[in-house]
Amino acid sequence: MKIRIVLNGKPAVIDTDPTRRLLDILRNDFKLTGVKEGCGEGECGACAVLIDGRLANSCIVPAGTVEGSEIVTIEGYRDTARYRALQDAFEEAGAVQCGFCTPGFIMAAEALLRENASPDEDDIRRALSGNLCRCTGYSMIVEAVKIASAGGKDLW
Amino acid sequence: MVTAYHSRGLHEALRIREETGAIPLAGGTDLMVAKRRRAGIPPRFNEPVVFIGGLTDLRVVRMDQGMLRIGSAATFTDLLDDAVIPDIFKTVFLEIASPAVRNRATIGGNVCNASPAGDTLPLLYALDASVVLERVDGKRILPIDEFITGPGETVLQKKELLTEIRLPTVDLNIYFYRKIGTRRGYSCSKASFFGGARLTDGRLEDVRMTLGSVAPTVVRSKEAEKRMKNKNELAAIVPEIIAIYEKIITPIDDQRSTACYRKNVSLRLIRHFLYERILPEMRSQIKQ
Repeated sequence: MKIRIVLNGKPAVIDTDPTRRLLDILRNDFKLTGVKEGCGEGECGACAVLIDGRLANSCIVPAGTVEGSEIVTIEGYRDTARYRALQDAFEEAGAVQCGFCTPGFIMAAEALLRENASPDEDDIRRALSGNLCRCTGYSMIVEAVKIASAGGKDLW
Repeated sequence: MVTAYHSRGLHEALRIREETGAIPLAGGTDLMVAKRRRAGIPPRFNEPVVFIGGLTDLRVVRMDQGMLRIGSAATFTDLLDDAVIPDIFKTVFLEIASPAVRNRATIGGNVCNASPAGDTLPLLYALDASVVLERVDGKRILPIDEFITGPGETVLQKKELLTEIRLPTVDLNIYFYRKIGTRRGYSCSKASFFGGARLTDGRLEDVRMTLGSVAPTVVRSKEAEKRMKNKNELAAIVPEIIAIYEKIITPIDDQRSTACYRKNVSLRLIRHFLYERILPEMRSQIKQ
């Protein structure tokens, strides 16, 4: 089945088994390896991407359901001013240790901030509730999102 | 490679169901886990698949002559953002999995999976939901407790699609929902409870209690509800009410929890609802 998407701003046509996981297509066909596979069942958020502006776990998204959609991965996001604000905030807060979960957290943070530019702590924790980090203990990640939100008022 | 179909509209989707019996896939958030294999390998669907998540006909939400009608392919995010959906629903939907899952998962999928832990089910049972099952040459409407017959089992026929969930307007001025689980972003509950009531001048005009994850399907006792209805003092009958639920709450041990914990916590939730949510309000209404 031919599936048309816009991937990181560029139109693309994938001719593939439409039950394949979007995650496998991104990593194996497009070599977008910033998208990580953690649990493979939609519970850890390491494979999170934006589909039409909304967060999704690409490990449980079959390719056939993204026909006509716009998909943004960490690779398509990292040249933006918003990404730089989040990167700086993650560095400042010490929100990155091994880094495996970080692309997913960054996408989840973007998905939150584009809906709510001034989230409170509860909003942040709910927005990140689908992402697992086994290093930081989360407090630094929550702090990073607060810093990005406070410093990036004009960005979101 | 498995045969997969895109459908341009509801009628085409129904025709594909009729001709091939293809598995309907809306968000895929549960199916992709159930059918998964190793990384890089397509999931194992042994039957054809028909994608229905993009069908706008199935995402309509509206209030129609006192009946709330929810399209089966509406995602939980759609529903949380929809002004037509009452807060009582949003309280429940906000506790489902994580934002990333709620963005793709649909209410129809949650109903058709018929999991004993299905997050929407206690609410839908308590509010007397019906499901609309369409086929090429007609449709039928069933109460949800007749649609779901056991864990993962429904009476949906190969040629049918669940197209809509219908809920009569119910006037409840007290409601309480609690999902007991390990982690917010993890979708499976150990136990869940929904209670709703309407109190007027200290009299319990309506009361409903449902429990999830503690029996093959959602637990609801219309007998117990009847005994409480129209009462203006509950304390005396709570023990007999609890006794009814003790018999029908029949949980199992599994990887998420134990039967003993589930039963205990379920009965505590019932007591909490009756003693802490209804009784104080009842007494304060009577005093006035």
